[in-house]
Amino acid sequence: MNATRADALDAGRAPLPRPRPAPAGVWNPDRLYRMALSALAVSVFVIVALMVVEMFRGAAPALRTLGARFLVSTDWDPVAGKFGMVPYVYGTLMSSALALLLALPPSLCAAIYLAELVRPRLGSALAFVIELLASIPSIVYGIWGVFVLAPWLRNAIEPWLIAHLGFLPLFQGFPFGLGMLNAAIVLAIMISPTIVSISREILLATPGSLREAALALGATRAEAIAVTVGAARPGIVGAVILALGRALGETMAVTMVIGNTNHLSASLLAPGATMASVIANEFTEAADPLHLSALFEIALLLFVVTLIVNGFARLLVLWTMGGRRDVARAA
Amino acid sequence: MKSILHPRSLAILAALALAAPATAQTLTGAGATFPYPIYSKWFDVYKQKTGIEINYQSIGSGAGIQQVKAGTVDFGASDAALSNDRLKEMPRKVVHFPTVGGALALAYNLPNFAGPLKLTPQIITGIYMGKITTWNDKTIAAANPGVTMPAAPILAVHRSDGSGTTNIFTTYLSAVSGEWKELVGANTAVSWPSGVGGKGNDGVSGVVSQTPGAIGYVELAYAKQNKLAVAQVQNKAGKFVEPSLESTVAAVGAAATELAKDPRTPIVNGNGPDVYPIAGLTFLLVYQDQKDAAKGRALADFIQWAIHDGQELAASLDYARLPDAVVKVDEATLRSLTANGKPLLASR
Repeated sequence: MNATRADALDAGRAPLPRPRPAPAGVWNPDRLYRMALSALAVSVFVIVALMVVEMFRGAAPALRTLGARFLVSTDWDPVAGKFGMVPYVYGTLMSSALALLLALPPSLCAAIYLAELVRPRLGSALAFVIELLASIPSIVYGIWGVFVLAPWLRNAIEPWLIAHLGFLPLFQGFPFGLGMLNAAIVLAIMISPTIVSISREILLATPGSLREAALALGATRAEAIAVTVGAARPGIVGAVILALGRALGETMAVTMVIGNTNHLSASLLAPGATMASVIANEFTEAADPLHLSALFEIALLLFVVTLIVNGFARLLVLWTMGGRRDVARAA
Repeated sequence: MKSILHPRSLAILAALALAAPATAQTLTGAGATFPYPIYSKWFDVYKQKTGIEINYQSIGSGAGIQQVKAGTVDFGASDAALSNDRLKEMPRKVVHFPTVGGALALAYNLPNFAGPLKLTPQIITGIYMGKITTWNDKTIAAANPGVTMPAAPILAVHRSDGSGTTNIFTTYLSAVSGEWKELVGANTAVSWPSGVGGKGNDGVSGVVSQTPGAIGYVELAYAKQNKLAVAQVQNKAGKFVEPSLESTVAAVGAAATELAKDPRTPIVNGNGPDVYPIAGLTFLLVYQDQKDAAKGRALADFIQWAIHDGQELAASLDYARLPDAVVKVDEATLRSLTANGKPLLASR
């Protein structure tokens, strides 16, 4: 028994057999294969680069004419040729941050439940259902927001908020049902599957020995789970940032429920707009060249924001994998 | 990121660009979405009649104008006439052909209100300015004698997407209110002083039908097909007029003299007792001098057909047909078309 296992290990360490030499020259299939794959892989980078170049080209008149005013102005008046991105950047960041705030606690609880508390087979089934949520087209969420959530907010939630929390600027105004709050709730539901399923995977990937060690040291079940969650924390942060990326770029559902106005308002009950929604709204009929160019600049800035968020997430995921290997080795 | 520059969108655009075969019997056009239902009907009927195929992409007026400028289409379509500045930016002279008219209806949602709601230009401006905020405002009560208006707050709903509809509506508000003209102006997208935006006719009517106290402007055809409660609007003659095909035709007819001088003249707030004041025309944009004589002739023949026989199809799709005076304007413009300097329709 011992001998066979050692043999197997030795076999594993043995050098790979040399590949059969292929015909040299252009028709070398290995080389062709490699060249074809390289070309396909490079084309992805070329497409991204071309997109950036094209957005820069489109945004050039706005960059030239509007300069830094574009970054700080709160005016968006296509008639007067005044364009400022502040209301849209605020709308994008506010709706996404609020969505995260609403989505994170229940999603995390769901992930812990699915990974730790429920029987594995049932956990997989439930996780499958939650992942289904992620594949629902965003326009369906938008329709739900307009026809189900908005009346509910208007008749029940918002009047209550105004009556009891109306002293806060956040909850002042008329209960119309559409606006920042509606958008944030719809976004929260849209991003929670991402948080739940990635967090669950990461929790499942933490070594069982961690949990066993905690239990062996006399921890309660809750304390053992806390140890696991602690080990998985970097990965969970990565999941949250991926979800944030989705929230930042979400267009259709937000456009349908946010109310679409370029006025800044502290109230969550008031309508707003996001960077993605203003592009979706105004792009097709932007006849004035400066207007079109300003929309290109919004797209460029949205691209920059998304790039930063995605890059950050990638770094975190790398960090998590490194961390997990360390944890695994220590265990 | 789900922007329009998503690689998938680019791939679709590329596929569309490749899909248009370039034969003399095919015309391509691009632009406005508002007249798309009647245009696609026209192209369909015209193809059965003559075999000439017309590919039309309803990508929005702004994008249509861009394509005309770039010379990638045989004709463009726009709900807003080109300003003198925009015309100067074109490489060659572009002429406008009004094709059909349309009106906007102000749809409202007032539960337990028998109606019809009567609105004056001052009330409409006040609501969209954010100055009239409740339905029992005394200016609304004065225009609706004998009915008790509810004390509900008003939600002014506008189109969030840039659209010809918004252009007609803001042109109307600019025509009836100096303050609106000064502070907001007219365009396919404006900086709205108040209210919420819904995307598309369905977005606006969705918000209106969902929100008690809401009012919003939608295309007449859309309001009729969805049986929305619509307001009567006081016209220049002081009469409250229901939006309908007849009152829209009257609006186009009332502006015939000005349209003869310049087909781009807005027809909002027209004179006449039966005129519905919030109406507009939609245009085909064509280069006056065509590079390709065969294509130019095919295009001129189509427009000739559209402004005569094609008009019979307009009412079935809730568009207002052109009055004879405007058809004459189009005929005159048609006769001015040339191909490389030679008149296109000289042989007739």
